[in-house]
Amino acid sequence: MAKKIVIIGNGISGITAARHIRKFSDNEILVVSAETDYFFSRTALMYIYMGHMKFEHTKPYEDWFWEKNRIQLKNTFIQKVNTEQKILFTDSNEKITYDQLILATGSTTHKRGWQGENLQGVQGLVSKQDLDLLEENTKNCKQAIIVGGGLIGVELAEMLHTRKIPVKMLIREEAFWRNVLPQTEAQLISNHIEQQGIELLYNTELEKIIGDENNRVQKIITKKDEEIDCDFLGITTGVKPNISFLSDSEIETDKGILVNKYLETNCKDVFAIGDCAQQRESIGNRKPIEAVWYTGRMMGETIAQTICGNKTAYNPGNWFNSAKFFDIEYQTYGWVFPEALTGHEDFYWVNKKDEKCLHFQFEIENRKFTGINTFGIRLRHEVVDFWLTENKTIDFVIDNLAKANFDKEFSKKYEQKIRLEFKLTKTQEKI
Amino acid sequence: MSRVQRNMAITSQPPQQLSNAQKAFVFIGILGLAVLCLAAFNVNFPHKTLWLSISLGAISIGTVGFSWAMYAQKKAGIKNDGVWFKSISSRGLIGWVTGILLTLFYVILYFYPYYLGLRENTANVGLIALFDPLSKALSGNSASQWFVYGTLYTLAILIFGIKFIWKYRHSRYEIIRTGSVMFFQTAFAFIIPEIMARLNGDLPYYDLKNIWPLNYYNFEQYRVDAFINSGNIGVALLLFGIASIFIITPILTYKYGKRWYCSWVCGCGGLAETAGDPFRQLSDKSQFAWKVERWIVHSVVVFVTLMTVAVIHSYLGSDFSKYWLTKDIFLIGVSVLLTAVFAWAMLFRREELQKDAQYGAVGYMVIILALVGLHYFSGKQLFIFQAEQLRSTYAFLIGAIFSGVIGVGFYPIFGSRVWCRFGCPMAAILGFQQRLFSKFRITTNGGQCISCGNCSTYCEMGIDVRAYAQKGENIVRSSCVGCGICAEVCPRGVLKLENDRPQGRINSKDVLLGNDVDLMNHVNKDA
Ligand SMILES: Cc1cc2nc3c(=O)[nH]c(=O)nc-3n(C[C@H](O)[C@H](O)[C@H](O)COP(=O)(O)OP(=O)(O)OC[C@H]3O[C@@H](n4cnc5c(N)ncnc54)[C@H](O)[C@@H]3O)c2cc1C
Repeated sequence: MAKKIVIIGNGISGITAARHIRKFSDNEILVVSAETDYFFSRTALMYIYMGHMKFEHTKPYEDWFWEKNRIQLKNTFIQKVNTEQKILFTDSNEKITYDQLILATGSTTHKRGWQGENLQGVQGLVSKQDLDLLEENTKNCKQAIIVGGGLIGVELAEMLHTRKIPVKMLIREEAFWRNVLPQTEAQLISNHIEQQGIELLYNTELEKIIGDENNRVQKIITKKDEEIDCDFLGITTGVKPNISFLSDSEIETDKGILVNKYLETNCKDVFAIGDCAQQRESIGNRKPIEAVWYTGRMMGETIAQTICGNKTAYNPGNWFNSAKFFDIEYQTYGWVFPEALTGHEDFYWVNKKDEKCLHFQFEIENRKFTGINTFGIRLRHEVVDFWLTENKTIDFVIDNLAKANFDKEFSKKYEQKIRLEFKLTKTQEKI
Repeated sequence: MSRVQRNMAITSQPPQQLSNAQKAFVFIGILGLAVLCLAAFNVNFPHKTLWLSISLGAISIGTVGFSWAMYAQKKAGIKNDGVWFKSISSRGLIGWVTGILLTLFYVILYFYPYYLGLRENTANVGLIALFDPLSKALSGNSASQWFVYGTLYTLAILIFGIKFIWKYRHSRYEIIRTGSVMFFQTAFAFIIPEIMARLNGDLPYYDLKNIWPLNYYNFEQYRVDAFINSGNIGVALLLFGIASIFIITPILTYKYGKRWYCSWVCGCGGLAETAGDPFRQLSDKSQFAWKVERWIVHSVVVFVTLMTVAVIHSYLGSDFSKYWLTKDIFLIGVSVLLTAVFAWAMLFRREELQKDAQYGAVGYMVIILALVGLHYFSGKQLFIFQAEQLRSTYAFLIGAIFSGVIGVGFYPIFGSRVWCRFGCPMAAILGFQQRLFSKFRITTNGGQCISCGNCSTYCEMGIDVRAYAQKGENIVRSSCVGCGICAEVCPRGVLKLENDRPQGRINSKDVLLGNDVDLMNHVNKDA
């Protein structure tokens, strides 16, 4: 029998769920979202501001797609959820009933309760509304500061840079994204960002934000009591799940909406996926909340199976991710920790001139390859994924590295040099 | 053409003010153009060689210098900042004005060369006269409007080629590919034909890389006669023309995809990739446009095939004892060839063809019926149409209006590949082969796509690349010219143009790499 499935959130996780449910069933599907009428790619927000694309281009499906596939869309905000009676209340007090509910509400900027964080000119970058606000806020901007050296932070820096706005970034650690990257790569990326003309202030944290008489940000004060003037402050110290509208519902939350491995919440017929979901039990080395595009998509694929009668646990394969820091592309497969775990060893290869490097980690005992970071060299997902799954040794990986190369045709090849350096530095003791 | 250059220089204007260096180079470029404009308005320059050199030199220095000022200071990498803010590259006022001026230029070039200074029996005047010394130096003849156009065309590919290389200097694929189009344009379209004309005055102008059906007039009677009358070299050229389409093209397309031609060799592609680069994002990506594209471009293939067959048929004899290739043998030969290709595609490539099979069948039937018609209406006529009428209609509609006026004139409105995508029968034939019988594909890198849309936006052929990439599917599309820009602008390293075994080239997956293995098995089985 056809059920009515309601999905809150038209981001990658909600939309993937909707598409796959449609593929496997005849259920009625309604996607409710308060941000935009149609699904767009959040990851492309920066390109709109930089003039590479218009908002239209970030929509992965043409507008007729939804009706043709019988996926109903509704642009409204859900204020309250009654799981007992299976009713949703919109902010205009409309009621929407459901048989099964998927929460895919994503996340929002995580402000940390700083004094002055709600002044004008202070904002994060997550939503379409944030982007529009950014246009407003950066008109005639003379000095911008960004708090937080992570992925969104560097994107924001690049965006402002294209408008020739001077940017300073406050970075808590001693190098960019050092809480995730090993020192070697963190340093390489820091240098690259600085070469673009961005000023990086290391070991610096925000204490408070001071406004002027018009309630607009005027300067900040760091934890070391330094004062820095600015007329724009970007907050990119992470995101937090959008769950405030659930506060008086029966749905159990912590930082995010708590789910088991089937993505079920404590309430019957209510599921949560994507940025807003928090796993009760961590999966492998993964964090309980994974705010990335790919995991949202995978959860969407998984929940569609369950909804369509094939109960399936969320069981992501090997970790992978990618990003771009100005002109340097980054990919990662498996786990590379900022400090190798005990019993693990690093192998780092760099070509400073071309700004390319690879960082491998492997188990010392049995030489099992556990992960790779790559900068400026593209790798074939399928091949590296297979190596990880098959528990290949580091020696095998180094010998076969060319098979994983995904660089454009005619690109310079580095495998020989990498192999030579590996043999010289990492195999002596074994021979 | 002349108008492209001035505005192209302003094209790259960042959203902010031009730097002083950029302004200086714009000024120099405009001076060069001013000379051409004055010549067009019949100012008689005394030292033509000198003034032409000054003019073309200033245009080149202006453009190349502007590119230097624009890109040399920046780190290598993607340079699309502000593309959608600039009036010229986002269909703003400057874009429209440029489009209209370019279109007017093409109208004058094709239909009113008199106004450019072309004279039949007296010496040329105006703009064309300015080019007389250069033309005489190369071929010994005075200039025509086509010589002026060819010179400016080649110059545009060269100077904007340099700009393009500067812009994409981080990518060896782009550098080598652009070097290739620059070389083929200069050598094959510009220098060699002029030298051939000098060595052997009877030979028709022949740009060797211009292959039938792009070169739709290659087998017309006057050309075939001229080839045959110029002795061995002429016959060799004629045979080369036939081999180009039936032997060389299929082999190269099998190995490398149609890019070997469309974005490495072809002159139309060459201009689109260099001077047209600032407009690539203007192509229409909608599914509707794709539908229109397939209808129009395949109709052109049918049209050009019929027209050529009718024209050749009209001048062949009927007496087998005089010459073996008679009207009937020719018609039978064409029918057999078409039937063989059609039968092969239907038998062995049904899966890849899918819905297109019906359209293919329609096209095939039209041609075969027409051939029968040709036979029964005895030669000069195809049903109610004269062969000559077909030829002149094609030359007007497709050869002039579509490939010139719309194809280049509308760069700033519909993007740089309108002709290649909607009109070029050569591209359609290569595309048919690329889709069904080639090692080329754009590989999608597992589950790394973030659906950002840069690839689709910057696809000059209007392919919705993202639609495939976000499903983890390889891109095997007949229209892809292999320019490689999707792989350049992809911020996550998801796309790679490559030639590999034909097996598994088209890989539809329902669940993307990254999810657990069981789920992938389940979905793939169901699909
Ligand atoms: C600038 C930026 C760049 C990024 N780049 C990358 C990247 O390169 N790679 C990567 O892996 N990840 C990236 N991410 C993270 C990635 O975009 C997110 O993980 C992903 O979009 C989350 O998808 P989602 O479907 O869970 O939620 P979202 O896309 O956030 O969608 C949730 C939607 O639900 C709506 N909503 C919430 N509550 C309600 C309610 N009560 N009623 C109605 N509607 C509601 C929200 O308005 C929103 O539209 C980036 C994020 C940002 C902000």
